[in-house]
Amino acid sequence: MFTYYLELALRSLRRNKVLTALMVVAIALGIGACMTTLTVLHVLSGDPIPSKSARLFYPQLDPQDMDGYREGEEPPEQLTWVDGMNLLKAKRARRQALMTGGAVPVQPAQADVEPFFSDSRYTTADFFAMFDAPFLYGQGWNEADDDSKARVAVITRKLNEKLFGGKDSRGQVVRLKDTPFRVVGVLDDWRPNPHFYDLNVGNYTESEEVFVPLSTSRDLTLPRNGSTDCWGRGGGNDGDHMENATCVWMQFWVELASAADAPAYKAFLENYSREQKTLGRFQRPVNVRLRNVMEWLDQEKVVPSDVRLQSWLAIGFLVVCLVNTVGLMLAKFLRRAGELGVRRALGASKREIFKQLLIEAGVVGLAGGVCGLVLAFLGLWLVRQQPADYASLARLDLAMLGATFALAVGSSVAAGLLPALRACQVAPALQLKSQ
Amino acid sequence: MEIQPILAALRKHRLATLLIALEIALACAVLCNACFLIANRMDAMRVNSGVEEASLATLQISGFDEKQASDVNARMLAGLRTIPGVQSASVLNSIPFGEHRGRVGITTDPEGKQFGGVIELYLGGPGSAEAMGLKLVAGRALQADDYQPFTGVFPSSAPVLMARELAEHLWPGADPLGKVIWVDKWSYRVVGIVDHLATPAPDWAGRSAPGWSAFVPAQPGPSLAGSYLIKAPPADLDRVLRDARALVAKVAPDTVLDQEGSQTIGDLRAQFFQQDRIMAFMLVGVIVALLLVTALGIVGLASFWVQQRRKQIGIRRAIGATRGDILRYFQTENFLIVSGGIGLGMVMAFGLNLALMKFYELPHLPLHYLPIGAAALWTLGQIAVLGPALRAAAVPPVVATRSG
Repeated sequence: MFTYYLELALRSLRRNKVLTALMVVAIALGIGACMTTLTVLHVLSGDPIPSKSARLFYPQLDPQDMDGYREGEEPPEQLTWVDGMNLLKAKRARRQALMTGGAVPVQPAQADVEPFFSDSRYTTADFFAMFDAPFLYGQGWNEADDDSKARVAVITRKLNEKLFGGKDSRGQVVRLKDTPFRVVGVLDDWRPNPHFYDLNVGNYTESEEVFVPLSTSRDLTLPRNGSTDCWGRGGGNDGDHMENATCVWMQFWVELASAADAPAYKAFLENYSREQKTLGRFQRPVNVRLRNVMEWLDQEKVVPSDVRLQSWLAIGFLVVCLVNTVGLMLAKFLRRAGELGVRRALGASKREIFKQLLIEAGVVGLAGGVCGLVLAFLGLWLVRQQPADYASLARLDLAMLGATFALAVGSSVAAGLLPALRACQVAPALQLKSQ
Repeated sequence: MEIQPILAALRKHRLATLLIALEIALACAVLCNACFLIANRMDAMRVNSGVEEASLATLQISGFDEKQASDVNARMLAGLRTIPGVQSASVLNSIPFGEHRGRVGITTDPEGKQFGGVIELYLGGPGSAEAMGLKLVAGRALQADDYQPFTGVFPSSAPVLMARELAEHLWPGADPLGKVIWVDKWSYRVVGIVDHLATPAPDWAGRSAPGWSAFVPAQPGPSLAGSYLIKAPPADLDRVLRDARALVAKVAPDTVLDQEGSQTIGDLRAQFFQQDRIMAFMLVGVIVALLLVTALGIVGLASFWVQQRRKQIGIRRAIGATRGDILRYFQTENFLIVSGGIGLGMVMAFGLNLALMKFYELPHLPLHYLPIGAAALWTLGQIAVLGPALRAAAVPPVVATRSG
């Protein structure tokens, strides 16, 4: 019966090409606009590290003085050097890493490559294991390297190709800001989106190309990027005394064994804050936060509001297109009252008529979905031409591809429901009489 | 034209009528709000920078050592001044729509208790204030001996010119001349008020406002180097900038030219608002597509009705209705349905606006958008129904005599 109805549907759709085309175009436009914006939203609000995002936490403390204190305010988004070091040394989590971003001048050994700046990350050893960074060659450095301010570096595959022609470069020397560093590892392609572990350098920025121990970077005062917030007589105006300044400028992440350990770690943070208050370092009432990756991204409102607005607009547009399709289908189905009356008189039940009409609606939806998909590819191509840092990420994945068709067929069948219901109410006798 | 029979006929087609009205209502709600969003973006893009944008360009170089800074500055300024057409060349750290290097939090007391806001300090060498074209509205202009050499990131004290908007924010109702602002230990005394000077990122939301900036005079040195302001007649500006970019390799070969940062202020402005422009274009696209779909929907349903009523139309024509009567019948019918849709649409437009206000920092939808949107949809409806209505008017009276 299904194939017969399919054939009937195609026949009926061919009979009135203009009306069919109108419906398909309306659905295609709605689906195309919707899928373009939803794909962008989906990519941007994705989980950067799905396997662990519920176990990775970003502790926040409030070390500021009482000036400008208002109850219930959020603590600063970063940590001071002192607090970061204290929490790191306390080792209360399974893994923990203290870090900040920067940019270093890279001086290649080859004469024909000009020196250039690479984005860099200064971090403690656990970074790679904690964030599941994939290694092509070698591995990260260890805690002893952190303590000895070792001149070691991890570089990315891209930089490895530029500097060493893609060879296994373990043990090779790379010169960063006039200092030789020994390469201990090469990262494979890795780009967590959003750049969750440090949003200050850009929400959707590419990963850094050079990774160096935090202690080494401070020893050599490698140039730093990111945000610094100071209070009181912080004196963060010069880069040299950041360790003592009353400024927040470090990011600190912890990996707990399970999400259930979060309350215990939070209690530890509260205890730490109280302790620092007794010591006189902290003045404000205890105010700590412990958010996991997705909560942190949510708190920082990482997804651009424009992208959300565009999605809402597109959904609104799709609704208009669907209402339009309902109207057109109603016209189409009611026009065939005579034909449907004959089928009813010949013994087709209301149910069968209803099924037949829904299949016809589904065919329109499928055609609209295919055209909409083409439009979505076009739309995403347009998005990629934009200057935003997330532009290159806007690609349709398999899940969204499936969602496109589900949305197209689902919505057009939904749109066909009301007209089909109306059309199968025709009284066969009345229709036959008027012929 | 009698409205009563039209309403009676519509009552027979409640569902279809309702659908068109609903479509019009949705279109009305989205149309009004999308137009409002476009107008908002356009307003933001027209922001006044307070400087003579048409005749200004900037050149950004980096990669030299602090010790070389004064030498690089001297070579660059001398070189820039030899380019034909250059009216002035000076050193200026922050550039409207470009780099912002002077974003600081200020206080109005030396103890650092009275927070004044996050503002932009434009740090400039001799000639830069004049080149920007700042309009002095109170106090005195800067003199040669106001430009003093300094060490550190910023001068520890200096006389400054302040934008009026910032002065009114810091000391409402009081005379700002002679007042002092503090950045930690640094203090700046206001000697002049300029009409307007925007921060480099003038739509920066949060703890700041577009006009919160001040100009600090200083002699170029280690912390004020590598960022140059070039003034030339607007017609020559593009050529002057090209020459200036080429000049870097000649007079300062040991430095790196920042290709993206070295632009005319006009180009920097265009880049700065690119995202807004794209959004505005996208909104226009949504509006066009929406109106198109709505119009097509009206055409489709009206055509259906015309076909369905061929016999009735024939009868009406046979008993004396003119073609004009039939045409007007369908036009009036469309007008009534669209009016109903608009009535509902206005309410929805307002609701949508309230929702947008909650999630995006948007003002209230001005009331005059509603009649404009209504007029647009009435026109759209009339144009869309014209084709089917003309076809209806062309139905010959003889149809009445045929069966089926």
